[in-house]
Amino acid sequence: MTLRLTNIAKTFPDGTRALLPTELTVKTGEIVSLLGPSGCGKTTLLRIIAGLETPDFGSTIWFDNDDVTSLSVERRKVGMVFQSYALFPNMSVRANIGYGLKMQKLSKSEINARVTEVLEMCQLDEFSKRGVDALSGGQRQRVALARAIAPRPRLLLLDEPLSALDASMREALRDELAVLLRKFQITAIFVTHDQDEAMAIADRVAVMSNGRVVQSGTPEELYRNPNSSFVAGFVGNAMHLEGKSAGKLLTLEGGTQHLLSEGSGQNVYVRAEDVRIDEAGSLCGEVETVTFMGTHYRVGIKGIMPNVLTSIFSGQSAPNVGGKVRVSIKPQALMLLPEGEAQA
Amino acid sequence: MTNRTFVLACLTPLLVFSVAFLALPLVRLFLVSGESEAGWAIYLDILRKPRYLNTLILTVLVSLATTVAALAVSTTAGMFLSRNRFKGRGILLSIMTLPLAFPGVVIGFLIILLGGRQGLINQITPGHVVFAYSVIGLFLGYLYFSIPRVLLTVMAAAEKLDPTLEEAARTLGASPFRVVVDVILPGLMPSLIAAGAIAFATAMGAFGTAFTLATDIDVIPMVIYTEFTLSANIAIAAALSIVLGVVTWALLLLARSLSGTTVSAGG
Amino acid sequence: MLNSRTKLIQLTVTLTACAFLLVPMILSVMAGVTANYFQGISSGLTLKWVFRVWELYADSIFLSLWLAIACLISTLIIGLPAAYGLARHPGWLSRILEEFISLPLAVPGLALALALLQLYGSMKGFRISWTFILVGHVLYTLPFMVRSILAVLASMDLKTLEEGAASLGASPWQRFRDIVVPNAMPGILAGSLTVVTLSIGEFNLTWMLHTPYLKTLPVGLADSYASMRLEVASAYTLVFFVLIVPLLMAMQWASARAQRIAQ
Repeated sequence: MTLRLTNIAKTFPDGTRALLPTELTVKTGEIVSLLGPSGCGKTTLLRIIAGLETPDFGSTIWFDNDDVTSLSVERRKVGMVFQSYALFPNMSVRANIGYGLKMQKLSKSEINARVTEVLEMCQLDEFSKRGVDALSGGQRQRVALARAIAPRPRLLLLDEPLSALDASMREALRDELAVLLRKFQITAIFVTHDQDEAMAIADRVAVMSNGRVVQSGTPEELYRNPNSSFVAGFVGNAMHLEGKSAGKLLTLEGGTQHLLSEGSGQNVYVRAEDVRIDEAGSLCGEVETVTFMGTHYRVGIKGIMPNVLTSIFSGQSAPNVGGKVRVSIKPQALMLLPEGEAQA
Repeated sequence: MTNRTFVLACLTPLLVFSVAFLALPLVRLFLVSGESEAGWAIYLDILRKPRYLNTLILTVLVSLATTVAALAVSTTAGMFLSRNRFKGRGILLSIMTLPLAFPGVVIGFLIILLGGRQGLINQITPGHVVFAYSVIGLFLGYLYFSIPRVLLTVMAAAEKLDPTLEEAARTLGASPFRVVVDVILPGLMPSLIAAGAIAFATAMGAFGTAFTLATDIDVIPMVIYTEFTLSANIAIAAALSIVLGVVTWALLLLARSLSGTTVSAGG
Repeated sequence: MLNSRTKLIQLTVTLTACAFLLVPMILSVMAGVTANYFQGISSGLTLKWVFRVWELYADSIFLSLWLAIACLISTLIIGLPAAYGLARHPGWLSRILEEFISLPLAVPGLALALALLQLYGSMKGFRISWTFILVGHVLYTLPFMVRSILAVLASMDLKTLEEGAASLGASPWQRFRDIVVPNAMPGILAGSLTVVTLSIGEFNLTWMLHTPYLKTLPVGLADSYASMRLEVASAYTLVFFVLIVPLLMAMQWASARAQRIAQ
């Protein structure tokens, strides 16, 4: 199913504009992530798509060729996975998963068959008779997903589906979720504030800030070609190289850096993995922190720009704290973005 | 039906019932209180006429005595029961909470069995000791009523006291007495005030107990009853009811804002 | 923590209080089964007073049970949806409504009964019917039912659970039936037992609202205290204890359970 949102906006009764007029299209079978910091309007947008929130007048939501804007949530045929999972504590795992089918007035045998199928797909067969209170966080998350998917919704919506889990489990379940969503072959939208999650699961990421979608594209596009300093900072934690640029030269406290193109009026961004500790480098600073990360070190360097510049160092022995180091950055790794954008 | 309409529909039976049988009757009661010859000055009469003023004073005094006694007894027993685990504790606790379900009339009768003409005390003491129908009997009846309610409030508060506070005070060198004064009592204070307000309000409005015991004692509920049934002086009965209702309601509101408990006045 | 002398004082106070509460109950039970209370237990044990009570007051007992059931049904019909409505619409209006319906907890029953009599006393058909007493009982017990359910509902994320059900296609009524009621069960149970216990023991309102042909158990008790011999009054009290004590214990158990769930 193709989802098309036109002119979607939301103003709360107290006048807060949670969502500015937004357009978004999600193609059949596509998995799209709404990524942004808290308060950017991503959950509001998801809830509007679900029918749990009414958008401002003039907004329209299309499911293929059906205008569902005024359809209430229970008629919209969307599957939703809630942040807290919202599993019904008075029902077993089986009853939870079968609830949506029961609402469609399917026969007992049809319900049973479909529930069994979904239980298997989500590897929940052995827990089917349990109460939801007797499940681990990861199991609950799978039950919530199974429950949402069982009635064969036109669209699957997930609101921060991994945020209720421990950090240690999150990564494993993230990959599992990505596999399951593709197995279901369903159009899906999920909301997250975690860029790793968005990149790992989604085909396409829509980055949101202050109530609007600022950029949408594949994870690679967003990472390599951010169109704003916000996206650069939020996706991949790019650092702003603060200095004075004249022509193709950027002057920093710790030296000068070549640029590929005209730098005036532009902000220059760089990612930590592109900052090389290099004896022949043109920039010079002092090591402030060294953090061992297992596969590499994170080295914080001061004196190059007003803020600390972070470098990923993958050599065997890290530089000493307090020591002077030289740093080089390849000009093609720098991202030049227009000034005047608010930083996240 | 939208969600909002459904939720409002859910509240409709409650609204209808409480308007018809609570709001309108109370308004009517208030209007009736001003319908006598005295008009609205009837509320001044309560304070001016010795009969009503004395009744008011006596009721307040008995209620105060009940409050103080119930607080003393129930706080001591409540702290003891919540801090010690021993055989028979459960039984003691059950005995002390049983009277929760007794209406005031039954409690009045129990006091008669203690201090009436055929009562236990009169039988086992040499002199003629009958106190059931005096102010003492009334006080004991109110106390019987209040002990379980205050006890439950105190115990609920005692369970919530953070034991590490006491331990902290002791590591700082406080004696057991100082711990009680500096840590336990301040911690219990909101609940004690709340429980006291409940006991006081309950005693002020207690009708059942007074009905059995206070045939010759003028306490507010009895005066309301006799003015209404015997003298057919409806305005004064209504006015006294309003005054009594406002006082007990205000006290229980105070109690609830302090402790969040919901113990019924009843009785 | 405290020294043993303090503990001894505490124990003495506790035991004295227990004795004060328990001794009259025992006296009452004894008097109810003693052939002649004035002569003491030596006159022999008997159940004849209990049978006498049955002859005299069986109607009152049945009326009380009937009223308690009717009161339970009424408070469920009014209170269950209301508690849900209040839980879903938290705000100053709900606070005021909850505070208002809780008035009967604070305002003495005598005052409420007077108010009801002033407004409806002249409607003869209603005044002499058992439903008039029922109104009083519902008025008094309704806040207990509403608060008991509300406490349980307020402790769960009702809004999200309902959104979950709605996203699966459940209408408001289906959500109420499938999600709200089953999950509110501990509160409903505790509230129901409280309502029944209080209704059976209610005297203050009932005394004012009853008619000579409609006497409830506690009204009958007051009647027997005033006009019957001590043994009959005691036997009647004994019957009341037998009825109310198990209910009270069940109510305390259910309330403690509901409270645990609500936390």
